[in-house]
Amino acid sequence: MFKYQFDWSVVLSGQYAEWLLSGIKVTFQLSVVSIIFSFLLGLLIAVMRMSNVRPVRWFAHGYLEFFRNTPLLVQIFFWYFGSYKILPMVINDWLNRTNFEFAAAVIALTIYTSAFIAEDIRSGVRSIPKEQMEAARSSGFSYIRSMQYIILPQAVRITVPPLINQFLNLTKNSSLAMTIGVMELTYQARQVESYTFKGFEAFTAATLVYVVISMIIAGLMTLYSRKVLNPIRAK
Amino acid sequence: MDAGFDFSVIWRNITYFFIGRFPHGALGGIALTLYLAVIACVLSFFGGLILGMLNISHNRVVKYVSLAVVNIIRGMPLLMVIFWMYFLLPAFMGKTVSESWTVIMALTLFTSAYMSQIVKAGIDSIPRGQTEAGLSSGLYPWQVMVYIVLPQGLRNMIPSFVNQFVSMIKDTSLAFIVGVSELTHVATQINNRTIIYPTEIFFFIAVIYFIICYAFTSLSRWLERRLAWRR
Repeated sequence: MFKYQFDWSVVLSGQYAEWLLSGIKVTFQLSVVSIIFSFLLGLLIAVMRMSNVRPVRWFAHGYLEFFRNTPLLVQIFFWYFGSYKILPMVINDWLNRTNFEFAAAVIALTIYTSAFIAEDIRSGVRSIPKEQMEAARSSGFSYIRSMQYIILPQAVRITVPPLINQFLNLTKNSSLAMTIGVMELTYQARQVESYTFKGFEAFTAATLVYVVISMIIAGLMTLYSRKVLNPIRAK
Repeated sequence: MDAGFDFSVIWRNITYFFIGRFPHGALGGIALTLYLAVIACVLSFFGGLILGMLNISHNRVVKYVSLAVVNIIRGMPLLMVIFWMYFLLPAFMGKTVSESWTVIMALTLFTSAYMSQIVKAGIDSIPRGQTEAGLSSGLYPWQVMVYIVLPQGLRNMIPSFVNQFVSMIKDTSLAFIVGVSELTHVATQINNRTIIYPTEIFFFIAVIYFIICYAFTSLSRWLERRLAWRR
C-alpha cells in the first residue's frame, strides 16, 4: 500500500486487459451453461422429492443432503480427478478430447447448485396453501392440470427471488474453477498479478466485475418484489 | 471403467487425514479444518454483531457506509476475499502474516457480512413496543439494545448461526488455495503422492465433510423446532 505506485493502465489496456476480458467471457460462459443445467436438474430433483413413490423421494432427499453438505471445491476435485473411475470409457474419451477442465467445473457447479435450487422450488410449492389444491381438485381439475394452472403459476412467482439468488451464488462460486485450471476471471486476475506485480489493480478490476453484477441483480430483485410480489401479497 | 476401487490408501494415511503431521509437526487435516472453522466462526459472530448494529444505526453516514461494506463483500466470491487478504494484510500489518491467519481473517470478514444480515433480521423480529417500553422506562438506547432486544433477538438467531457454521466448515476448504494444510489440502497432497486413487480419496473426504456438516445441519433443525415450540 505504502510507497505503492498505482498503474491502472495495466488493467485498462493492452495484453493484460485482454486476459481479464477473456476471463470475464469464460466466467460468463461457465455460469450460463451451469445455470441452465442446474435449473433443469434442480426442477427434476424437486419433483422427485415431492413424489408419492417412496424410493424416489428418498433418493432425492439423500441427493439433496449429500451435495448440500459437501464443499464445492471437494466436488470439483472429485469430478476432475476422480470421475474417470466411475464414468464409462466412451464418456471419458470424449471428455478428454474436449475441454475437460471446463466440463468438470460445469458438472460440479450444476450438481452442487441443483441441490439448493431443488429446496427453493420445493419450499415455493409448499408455501401455496393446501386448500388451493383441494379446491382445484374438487372443481374437477386433474392433479397435473391443478399443478399447471393453479399451484405452479403462484409458486413460480414466489420462487423467482431465491432462484436468482442461487444463480448469483453460482456465478460467484464459478471462481473455484480456477483451481483446476479453467481460465475464468479470478484465474486471469491472479495471472495478471503474477506477471506484473500489479495485484491491487488486477484484483480491483475483477472485484468490480463481480460486485457490479451482484448489485445490478440485487436492484432488479428489489424492483421485482415491489412490482410483482407485494401487489400479490396485498390482495 | 477401471479395475475397481481400493480404499486401503485411506487406511494407510488415516492419521494424516485426521491430524496432519501432529504431534511431530504442524496440526493438519480434519483437526485443522475444525480449528479454522471454530475460530473464524467465533470472530465473525462478533463481526456480524457489530456490522449488524452499524447497519441499523441512526447516523446516516455510519449506516450507509456499513451497508456498502456489507454489500460489496456479499457481492464478492470468497476466493477473491482470500486473495485480497493475502495481498493486503502484510501491507497493513507491516509484517508477514501466516497463511492460517490470512484465511481466518478472510473467512471472518466474509462471514461477518452474512452474519450481519442474520443479526439485523433477529433484531427486526423483536416488536418495536419493547424498545419503546425500554426507552420510556428511562434506559439509554444502548441499554435497551444490550439488555432487552439482543438477548431475545439472539435466541431467534441461533439456528441461522449454526447454519452459518456449516457454511464455514465448507468454506475452510478454500484455505487449500494458499497452502494451509486442512483436510482438502491434505487430500490433494496424498492424491499427488499416490496418483492412482483420486476417486477413493476425494470420495472419502466428501463423506467426512458430509458427516460433520450434516450433524450440525440436523442440530440447527432441532434447535429451530425446539425454540419455536417454547415461544
